[in-house]
Amino acid sequence: MTGTTRPLRSPLLWSAFALLGACGLAAARADEPTAPIGPSQVRRLSEAQYRNTIADLFGPDIKVVGRFEPDMRGNGLLAVGSSAVSVSPSGFDQYEEIARGIAAQVTDKEHRAAQVGCEPGPADPKGLACARRFAEKFGLQLFRRPLASAEAAAWAQRAVQSGEALGNYDAGLAAVLAGMLTDPRFLFRIDMPGRDRVAIDGYSRAARLSYLLWDTTPDAELLEAARAGRLDSPEGLSAQVDRMIASARFAGGVRAFFTDFLRLDEIETLSKDALIFPAFSSSVANATREQTLRTITDLLIDHDGDYRDLFTTRRFAMTKALGPIYDIPIARDGWYMHEFPQGDPRAGLLTQASLLALHSHPGRTSPTLRGKALREVLLCETIPTPPANVNFAVVQDVNNPTLKTTRARLQAHLDDEECASCHRRTDPIGLGLEQFDGAGQFRTRENGETIDIRSQFDKVDFDGAAALGRLLHDDEAASTCLVKSVWRYANGRDAGDADTPSLEALTKHFAGDGHRFPALLRSIATDPAFYAFPATPRRSPRQVAASRITESSR
Amino acid sequence: MKSLGLSRRNLMLRGTLGGIGVTVGVPILDAFLDTNGAAFAAELGGGRRPVRFGTWFWGCGMIPERWQPKATGAGYDLPPQLAPIAPVRDHVTVLSGFDVVLDGKGNLPHISGNTAVRTGAPADVWQSIQAPTIDVAIADMIGAGTFFKSLELSADGDPRTSYSFRNGTTINAAVPSPAELYAKIFGADFHDPNKADFKPDPKFMVRRSVLSGVSEQRQALLKSVGAADRARLDQYFTSLRETENKLALQLQKPPAAEACIVPSAPAAAPSGDITDVRGRRATHKVMADLLAMALACNQTRVFNMTYSTAASDLREAGNTTGYHQITHEEPIDRTIGFQPRVDVFATQSMEAWADFVAALAAIKEGDGTLLDNTLVFAHSDVSYAKNHDVTGIPVMLAGSAGKKFKTGVHINGAGEPISRIGLTVQQAMGLPVDGWGMDAMRTKRPVSELFV
Repeated sequence: MTGTTRPLRSPLLWSAFALLGACGLAAARADEPTAPIGPSQVRRLSEAQYRNTIADLFGPDIKVVGRFEPDMRGNGLLAVGSSAVSVSPSGFDQYEEIARGIAAQVTDKEHRAAQVGCEPGPADPKGLACARRFAEKFGLQLFRRPLASAEAAAWAQRAVQSGEALGNYDAGLAAVLAGMLTDPRFLFRIDMPGRDRVAIDGYSRAARLSYLLWDTTPDAELLEAARAGRLDSPEGLSAQVDRMIASARFAGGVRAFFTDFLRLDEIETLSKDALIFPAFSSSVANATREQTLRTITDLLIDHDGDYRDLFTTRRFAMTKALGPIYDIPIARDGWYMHEFPQGDPRAGLLTQASLLALHSHPGRTSPTLRGKALREVLLCETIPTPPANVNFAVVQDVNNPTLKTTRARLQAHLDDEECASCHRRTDPIGLGLEQFDGAGQFRTRENGETIDIRSQFDKVDFDGAAALGRLLHDDEAASTCLVKSVWRYANGRDAGDADTPSLEALTKHFAGDGHRFPALLRSIATDPAFYAFPATPRRSPRQVAASRITESSR
Repeated sequence: MKSLGLSRRNLMLRGTLGGIGVTVGVPILDAFLDTNGAAFAAELGGGRRPVRFGTWFWGCGMIPERWQPKATGAGYDLPPQLAPIAPVRDHVTVLSGFDVVLDGKGNLPHISGNTAVRTGAPADVWQSIQAPTIDVAIADMIGAGTFFKSLELSADGDPRTSYSFRNGTTINAAVPSPAELYAKIFGADFHDPNKADFKPDPKFMVRRSVLSGVSEQRQALLKSVGAADRARLDQYFTSLRETENKLALQLQKPPAAEACIVPSAPAAAPSGDITDVRGRRATHKVMADLLAMALACNQTRVFNMTYSTAASDLREAGNTTGYHQITHEEPIDRTIGFQPRVDVFATQSMEAWADFVAALAAIKEGDGTLLDNTLVFAHSDVSYAKNHDVTGIPVMLAGSAGKKFKTGVHINGAGEPISRIGLTVQQAMGLPVDGWGMDAMRTKRPVSELFV
């Protein structure tokens, strides 16, 4: 399987699927660095963050309808890409449309009382005072900082005028709410400097914290702490971080990180051939993602477990929809934790259907894609793109009577020295996972032949997926990569040389704390470096132009 | 942080704000007095029909010996892979043998060719991809005054499939399905240009006024951030301004559009494998018909239609191996001399192209058709996909750009840079450019044989 790549959805940025697969080091410049994304004050809310924010502020029954401008991976992480994207003209149209839909619901009969809570009356004949309260309340919530007085007055004036033009007071309120939801201070998180201009101000801190730990907007208590200046002191900051980690919302933050890190958002557009994999559908695909996220939060939060155990755990979140994929009968409704027996081929994240299916072709597996994903995502390595002119014929001929299994076909590939230099790094890993087909279902034979799952990972022999998981569990590079990824996720940028000491310290603490994930987030969230204000513009507009293609081939 | 070596070439990137004026608040009632809309309307209604421009993209190219006509000039022959365009041949000009010149740069499979055709320079590293794409440059010139400065469409169901971008962080996301396309064009904001009565809806005034309020923050925000962030926020405000302009148009009675017939909503898309080639052709055809009517109704003048992705995503349901994989792995059948299954897929792509041309040609406009007042620039990412060949990437033009271009001829470029076509197309659309492309692909010579 090698040889080919997933179809490129967009060659430019959005796709996380770089070209891959074929063979060898791309002779040309594939080993050149891709543009690192540096410090930025401006991060666009992700679609998930937007949705979470709306649900938190207005309640879960307010529907967010419309298509979002796609988020973009920057060197592997959407969170890093968020520091590089803007809003295109069609994206703006869509934000405006989504905003109007939300605003209409918030001010409708059903929600008006709870959300607006005032109306024009004898004391306020035009409703200007009511509109001003409305603007102040939502200005604070949506922009994550209070509106200046003049601005609050302007919004209120506009609301009343709009209501008059439309012959409906509430429609005027809806119009300004839609405007606030389209405002760059809502769509982007914009860091403002604190008084010393060395660190960001309290409200910016509150936003950083809440989107890191909860993946949503600051709550009232956090905004109040920002207002009172409590986030500027180590004690005040610690108190808030502890409160937030103890909150039920913390799971949302952990899920958001792992969705980004493991690229589980891509399951949204994953398509499998329905004739070849009848058990796989889009609802099953979504269940595989949910399974992985629940397995992770069960271990890391509910059991305060060791991150490394994710690679070996036999405790999987399970639900009825996944029964056919895992070949286990499930009668009960809802989710529960399923324990696979000792010795079962299913053990660890590597054997979950989400990752197995994500890194396969629509109609078959791909040891190359799987090996590449493991190297790049879990170990933070880079696999170069393949050269353009490759002869794939032997490798790929699935009808070749003498090369029945993927392994046999790939071996032919590895015999070619030009190809082998990269494929040696990817394919052996994937070959150890071959007992799971392109939809993540267990199998022991391919085209009538028994599948051989003996392989090597960095020159160490292993036998199958569970054994590979144990190797990864003990591989320091996996822990180092996690720390680096969480750091990049939190900071929304790539690490530079100056960040090395921070990263090393974090990695050391992580190991010292027994690889506890919440403790890692706590270390980052209480580190003054997390709140540094970018001193001077680091990049000129021309540099921006150059780095505009930021998706790497990682 | 390693800094990027940048060259003057990046200046080709048009400023994200090029020519866009600063928005100031527009008091609600003054919106009526805004002259932009009136000016646009005058142009549309004043007799001169708009000329439209669009691109049509398909992935994985063709097999040269099975696609390229032997005869040049009018009445060219149709080899097997081109046979599907027989009914529309007189509308289609074939441009073969024009090369992407790598000039020592690496060939990023399925990327170098596509970006070189659209931007005038191949890029072997992500950072050096040039922008904007040709459609964006043309939309800047002719896209004002319609509701959509440009429309990006993809038949593959994925909004991320778009090869239209102003810069690397501002990609124009695609409308990915017939239903979404219909809603976007003919939904709540649509005014039938041929309806006798027109009453401006105060809702549009209010929306516009609110956006003006939002844009009042522009200066303060731009001042508070560094240069890179400023460029991104500036792009945001440029996008906001485009929506404001669109809302201004909503307050004008649209000029009549003789060929505009509001279509009915498309049937729900068939469920199932979106990569199946048969389903794709059907989806694409529905989108082509809707797009043709969007053009006829003056909703846009620039479009980009993606039939299949670069490194084609197409497959046949039930087959473990997709088109892209097949291009690399299918052996050449020695008895016939080519890859038989690749041949089928490549021919199917041309069937879809013929559908597209026919959809535009089916709409009468004046004494000709909508297609006559359009220029469609069709191309792929490679020529022979098996080895990602970027020489002789197939290009076809359809429509005469308002009788500026000859149609129905075959021109062979004999290895000339493919940027000559991009230059020619821009000149035909009225852009004041005398040269285009970078390095070995820099050219000042249009394909002058194309002009009438």
